[in-house]
Amino acid sequence: MFGWEFPPRNSGGLGTACYGLTKALARNNIQITLVLPYDVDTNSHDFLKIVSSPNIKIRKVKSVLTPYLSSSEYENLISRRGGRTANQIYGSNLFDEVNRYAALAVDIAKDEDFDIIHCHDWMTYKAGINAKKVSGKPLVVHVHSIEYDRTGGNGYNPFVHEIERCGMEFADYVIPVSNYTKNLIMQHYGIPSEKIVVVHNAIDNDYDVVSYLHHKLKEGNKIVLFLGRITLQKGPDYFIYAAKKALEIDPNIIFVVAGKGDMENRLIDKTAELGIADRVLFTGFLSGKSIDDIYRMADLYVMPSVSEPFGLTCLESMKNGTPVLISKQSGVSEVVNHCLKVDFWDVDQMVNKMMAVLKHDELREEMRQNGFNEVKKFCWDTPAKKCIEVYKRALHWVTV
Amino acid sequence: MVDVCFYFQVHQPYRLRDYSIFEIGNNSHYYYDDKNRSVLRKVAHKCYLPANKTILNLIKKHPEFKASYSFSGVVLDQFEEYAPDVLNSFQELVDTGNVEVLDETYYHSLAFVYSIDEFKKQVGMHRKKVKELFNYKPKVFRNTELIYNNYLAKNAEEMGYEGVIAEGADHVLGWRSPNFVYRPYTTSKIKLLLKNYRLSDDIAFRFSCREWKEFPLYADKFAGWVNQVNGNGHCVNLFMDYETFGEHQWQETGIFNFLDHLPNEIFKHPDNGFVTPTELVRKHEPVGELDIPYMVSWADVERDLSAWLGNRMQQSALNSIFQLEKDVKSINDQKLLHDWRRLQTSDMYYYMCTKWFNDGDVHKYFNPYDSPYDAFIIFMNILNDMKLRIAKAKTEVEKNGLCTGNVCIQ
Repeated sequence: MFGWEFPPRNSGGLGTACYGLTKALARNNIQITLVLPYDVDTNSHDFLKIVSSPNIKIRKVKSVLTPYLSSSEYENLISRRGGRTANQIYGSNLFDEVNRYAALAVDIAKDEDFDIIHCHDWMTYKAGINAKKVSGKPLVVHVHSIEYDRTGGNGYNPFVHEIERCGMEFADYVIPVSNYTKNLIMQHYGIPSEKIVVVHNAIDNDYDVVSYLHHKLKEGNKIVLFLGRITLQKGPDYFIYAAKKALEIDPNIIFVVAGKGDMENRLIDKTAELGIADRVLFTGFLSGKSIDDIYRMADLYVMPSVSEPFGLTCLESMKNGTPVLISKQSGVSEVVNHCLKVDFWDVDQMVNKMMAVLKHDELREEMRQNGFNEVKKFCWDTPAKKCIEVYKRALHWVTV
Repeated sequence: MVDVCFYFQVHQPYRLRDYSIFEIGNNSHYYYDDKNRSVLRKVAHKCYLPANKTILNLIKKHPEFKASYSFSGVVLDQFEEYAPDVLNSFQELVDTGNVEVLDETYYHSLAFVYSIDEFKKQVGMHRKKVKELFNYKPKVFRNTELIYNNYLAKNAEEMGYEGVIAEGADHVLGWRSPNFVYRPYTTSKIKLLLKNYRLSDDIAFRFSCREWKEFPLYADKFAGWVNQVNGNGHCVNLFMDYETFGEHQWQETGIFNFLDHLPNEIFKHPDNGFVTPTELVRKHEPVGELDIPYMVSWADVERDLSAWLGNRMQQSALNSIFQLEKDVKSINDQKLLHDWRRLQTSDMYYYMCTKWFNDGDVHKYFNPYDSPYDAFIIFMNILNDMKLRIAKAKTEVEKNGLCTGNVCIQ
């Protein structure tokens, strides 16, 4: 299994998804050798919980790979770490890094004993292809997100696209996290439908309800939350336009934007320009318990994504008992019932539903309760079992 | 001998359009006209017209064949607006003399649960409408969704009806059989007819169900079941939505053939025949008194009010609409009164039901909105627009001093 992002070091749904899936696969008697970047914190509590499974073995590759990195951000990261001279183990740019990761995968593939190769998103695809070439074992690539989503179709990186295409073509099976992503894969990468098996994400249900109600710091305000990378793909600008319209109807609302990203500064400027800067709070990057806290503090979670392969935050919010309003352009909207759905561009409709949730306690309560119950059915065992079925097909143990 | 009593419910609501918060105070047209027209045309084509043709042919073939219908006032309005051909074919049926029409609330309303005054007004409106369209005076009453208790029977008796209809639910009948005529507790003249839900649902719900052990259901087999009631019952009351024929059970399932052949099979047993509800209540004395103090209905497996009042959104929406009654009636604004009444239609609350939203069952099938939450949001936005209209009208009344208090109540 080639992955890289893992809790508690998350910057998106990817790490959470890999973590949940790996744990559930191990629970279902699959033995996994997990290949991770060097700088994953293997001493953390969460991490040790994974390693404690006899079915999981960790191999680390020295790298600074993180999933949503662009080439320029990579340059910054290198210089922050004291420059290239100080740290010769890192490659000189992101693509060198991908290639180096892939080269090291060859060694791992030679001395490990395994039946199948499972890769998560483009940075590991070359590693997966190499491992397949060396071992002759089938390759499964898991698509949590594609270049098209990350860029909204603009400023598309052709090299990333090419790696994605290559990985999917080399793969025996491709596992996207939604039908939405499956369609994009067929459209933009020309992968035939027979090779694609959709496996929707899930969520872990092991958390304690006790700390609930600790956070009602409201003073007569309602709180609406955005949580995610502040980048084009996640639609934070639609959230801000909706905030403006909503505040014209009811000024007693606070809009919280939790996360970081390339659009952050522009978004802050925008709130000032719209005259709502005092009503929009930017929290910066949150992790761990503060994520749960912020969900519980909110009266409504809004996920206005322009293009969202899955959207795990929707399930996280429901798990925390917070009603959700999500864009119809998200994979999660294919599987969740007890939420409100809008087109990301339909700001008026977003405001309409937002205001109804804030105004009517009975609506909020019904959504809270039914959503909390619904999210229980999303257990990682289901996606894990579907992946195992894909393994069997790839190994020709079963015919389709 | 066993008499089969057919009663078909005919109803379509005025569905609400996706009314947004930004329209409150600016736009007071609430209805999803295109959808209402297209649904009515579709159902007319698939059900009403072919089913009416089948029934008319049956009457021509078997002069002893009888059936009865209850039309909501709002479906009659929609026939006039969108499908006069359907209305004509129903009139033709009633004109044969073999078809009886029942009374109900004009707006297919839940008023009986909330306001007895409003309930009675709507029954009066319905009576007038049926007289006007069919030149018929109904003698048997059925309440919205067969919502019933002792008090309903008492009111129906006071309004002059000879019979009233209810669900033959197990939890009210106990060991008793639905195949007799009963006397509602606290009444002295009116008689109670109970739906035989097993045989009714065999047609309405299970007819095309391949997992059902009796599948496929043919008319001779069904007539055999009816005949088994001989010796331990007087009647078999088959009450169902008329849309069963062609809409819920598609034509391809053979439902029209079944209906076409059933009378012939029933008449094969010389003791058995068909009656209308009025004939039934006139023919038999009650075998006993039935005490039903709490509300029953024909909806869902619970057979109670939970399909419309099961969650907080539904309760809140219904409470809010009936809270407006006094104000709406204190203002002489016919359009407002009409809109307020249309919003009482039970379907509005049914769309907000979350009971089985997970499973995508019948509630979802009949829901024109994405979710129960959307149904609630749209409803409450419209309600808020009505509140603004009321407030505006009240200030005008105060300003002009033309009309105050009860003077304007119609």
